[in-house]
Amino acid sequence: MKSNINYRINKSLFIKGFIIFLAFLITLPLVSIIYYVAKEGFATINWNFFISVPKPVGEVGGGIANALVGSLILVVVASIIAIPVGIMCGIYLSENGENKLSYYTRLAVDILQGVPSIVVGIVIYFWVVKPTGSFSGLSGSIALSIMMLPIVIRSTEETLKLIPSTLKEAGLALGLPYYKVMIKVILPVGMSGILSGVMLSIARVAGETAPLLFTAFGNPYLNTNIAKPMQSLPLLIFNYATSPYDEWHNLAWGASLILLICILLLNLFTKLLTRRWKVQF
Amino acid sequence: MRQKDPGLQVKYEMLFSRTLVITALLILILVIGLFLTLLLESLPSIQHLGFGFLFGKTWDPVSNVYGAYPFLVGTLLTSFLALIISIPFSMAIAIFLGEYQPTGALSAFLKNIIELIAAVPSVIYGFWGLIVLVPLVRSLESKIGVVPYGIGIFTASIILAIMIIPYAASLGREMISMVPAQLKEGAYSLGATRYEVIKAVIIPYTKSGLFAGILLSLGRALGETMAVTMVIGNSSIIPTNIFAPGNTMASVIANEFTEADRSLYLSALIELGMLLFLVTVVINVIGKRIIKGFNT
Amino acid sequence: MESPILNSQNFNAYFGNNHVVKNVSMEIPRNNVVAVMGPSGCGKTTFLRCINRMHELIAGATTSGIIELNEENVYDMHAIYVRQKIGMVFQRPNPFPNLSIYDNTIAGYKLNGIKLSKSEKDGIVESSLKKAALWKEVKDSLHKKGTFLSGGQQQRLCIARAIAMQPEILLLDEPTSALDPISTASIEELLHELKKNFTLVIVTHNMQQAARVSDKTAFFYMGELVEYDDTKQMFTNPTDTRTQNYITGRFS
Ligand SMILES: Nc1ncnc2c1ncn2[C@@H]1O[C@H](COP(=O)(O)OP(=O)(O)OP(=O)(O)O)[C@@H](O)[C@H]1O
Ligand SMILES: [Mg+2]
Repeated sequence: MKSNINYRINKSLFIKGFIIFLAFLITLPLVSIIYYVAKEGFATINWNFFISVPKPVGEVGGGIANALVGSLILVVVASIIAIPVGIMCGIYLSENGENKLSYYTRLAVDILQGVPSIVVGIVIYFWVVKPTGSFSGLSGSIALSIMMLPIVIRSTEETLKLIPSTLKEAGLALGLPYYKVMIKVILPVGMSGILSGVMLSIARVAGETAPLLFTAFGNPYLNTNIAKPMQSLPLLIFNYATSPYDEWHNLAWGASLILLICILLLNLFTKLLTRRWKVQF
Repeated sequence: MRQKDPGLQVKYEMLFSRTLVITALLILILVIGLFLTLLLESLPSIQHLGFGFLFGKTWDPVSNVYGAYPFLVGTLLTSFLALIISIPFSMAIAIFLGEYQPTGALSAFLKNIIELIAAVPSVIYGFWGLIVLVPLVRSLESKIGVVPYGIGIFTASIILAIMIIPYAASLGREMISMVPAQLKEGAYSLGATRYEVIKAVIIPYTKSGLFAGILLSLGRALGETMAVTMVIGNSSIIPTNIFAPGNTMASVIANEFTEADRSLYLSALIELGMLLFLVTVVINVIGKRIIKGFNT
Repeated sequence: MESPILNSQNFNAYFGNNHVVKNVSMEIPRNNVVAVMGPSGCGKTTFLRCINRMHELIAGATTSGIIELNEENVYDMHAIYVRQKIGMVFQRPNPFPNLSIYDNTIAGYKLNGIKLSKSEKDGIVESSLKKAALWKEVKDSLHKKGTFLSGGQQQRLCIARAIAMQPEILLLDEPTSALDPISTASIEELLHELKKNFTLVIVTHNMQQAARVSDKTAFFYMGELVEYDDTKQMFTNPTDTRTQNYITGRFS
């Protein structure tokens, strides 16, 4: 009897140890990725790296200015499209618990969240690239904005649902019209949650490659015209990482480092902002 | 008394409410539009190739022959292999964070690691896989005596497994932390050990939620493109074993879409995209339903 | 005799098919305090929310009959205008958590985009907070968030916010039910002061409170206005047996 209990206790402890070991093994690949990106990346970047465009094969040096500028433009334009639409739709869903439209829109958001990004790229190719006759930054931004929408909508909806309805009533009882109550009372109170959703969606699409393959397409030259093909950091990494040239690999490592830093900063920033802007009820 | 013109405010109010409805409609139309576009553009392929498309064993654009079977096999093989590799880890993380250590420095550390794993862009996973993982797999392959490509289904699966762990882990953690304390205490009061409580109470109670998490991570794996494209070897021949190079539905689209010079070729690729879309829609809707059911 | 500031005639309110305010007719004279009493669920809150047209915000809620403010049917005016004329204080204090005490006080102006000069704002804030008997306690921390105040202070801030809009009527729905006795006492004292400038309608479950603060009392029972009279008359010599029963505590 006694030994049976000991056996069970030891088994429990052993399994706990095993589970902890398995759980923390996940650190291994992450450390390896960060190590390689940092090692190779820092070896590549210098001032020139930020201000020049890639050189043709065989020449050393060159930089990723085209991708930096392109990524920035793509993400900014995508945000301009996705943030207002996403927040408005989130407001609608938070205000309309159960009606037909809100039911189907919620389903649509669920679906959108799971759509493979390459599929979005295909569709935007037919919606924008083909009719305009050219790959373009704008089409890339539209594809990215579709990837952002479900995140922004969901975080807005979830945040606003948590705000007590007494606050809305307080505003209405003061004689404020509904739209002002929503915009000036409810949105500011939910700002931290909405903002964190927005930032996460930006961090997410900043690293997206697949939806850009058939839309923004990439561009070896510096381009700020959203009607023309545009380079982005992930596209550049994909193209150069899969090339057989060492110099291009180096550029890809440098670009990976910059991209990783940007995304980590965005994530960190989100956490800090959320904490600072949190409104106490 | 300074008052705004109520008439104007009522007008704005209408405008605002209407805009809200319109944006909600817009999302709905967007999703319907995504599907219809895929359907419309894959019609030539559907008409020409019919069901044979799914079972055709050869994909040879040069001779205008399009069979999707190699990619179906490639997709299912990589995704399920990734799922099998990832489950022990994601479940271990879920149990650690949900049951052993829901709070504290160690769990905060692990949570951050998980968030980082989810935040790394897939193209960086692909690059890392190409440079770091491929040589490792290659030496493993020569040890066990298969053709040492390095790239292939197996390598893609490992990378996919790493990438999908956060989804199943964080959903699983949520489910496990929702197990009512009195259920666990009931078992403890009968003299059960921690492991027995996990096995007899927690896992049965959260079964459907854990399953939903795994299902959703499968959805991710099926649609993941870049990392897979970079290491799978892009071969349109049906893989004969898990170390062989192959192609998934997503990776063949990524590789060949802009090169597709014939309309049937393009249409066949889009039909792959539509299949991918439908499969992930079904998986996501079922997964979310299960989670909603669990929460209420 | 002066015409009443508020006049409800055969007024009904519904939640879907649920008829919760039945044929209520009552006149409320200017600068009076009217207490509304009755057992839980008898429609007091609903009636109050009909007066400033908050009732219709609930999905499926409807009304019939008229309520006149200065002889004009509020249901013929814009709801926004009605709510600016008739302020409301809720059962639980609900200051805007993202605004300072100062901005909470002038929230009706600020959020509505009505431009005021700095001195006008300062004036409104000071006089409203003084009328709400909160000025002394908060004058040195006007720019702290309103949610840092105690419950009783928050409720007075909400009163200040309502009276800053210079409404003619103030509706209060059990304004002290979530407060401790000391805060309750200071709010009751405040009601005496507010009577000079406003007409007050206050829902309360507390008979002593009704007796202390009100000029007239209305007794509701299952959606009907059973009795409405001077408070003294009502508490000493009620005519309806249901009122008698309620006052003597025979049902609750
Ligand atoms: N939002 C609502 N939806 C549907 N029915 C409601 C709603 N609010 C109240 N009712 C119903 O209307 C009736 C009157 O409610 P009301 O809140 O006016 O009562 P009350 O007299 O204020 O009660 P209490 O003293 O508890 O505050 C009740 O029967 C209640 O069930
Ligand atoms: Mg009430």
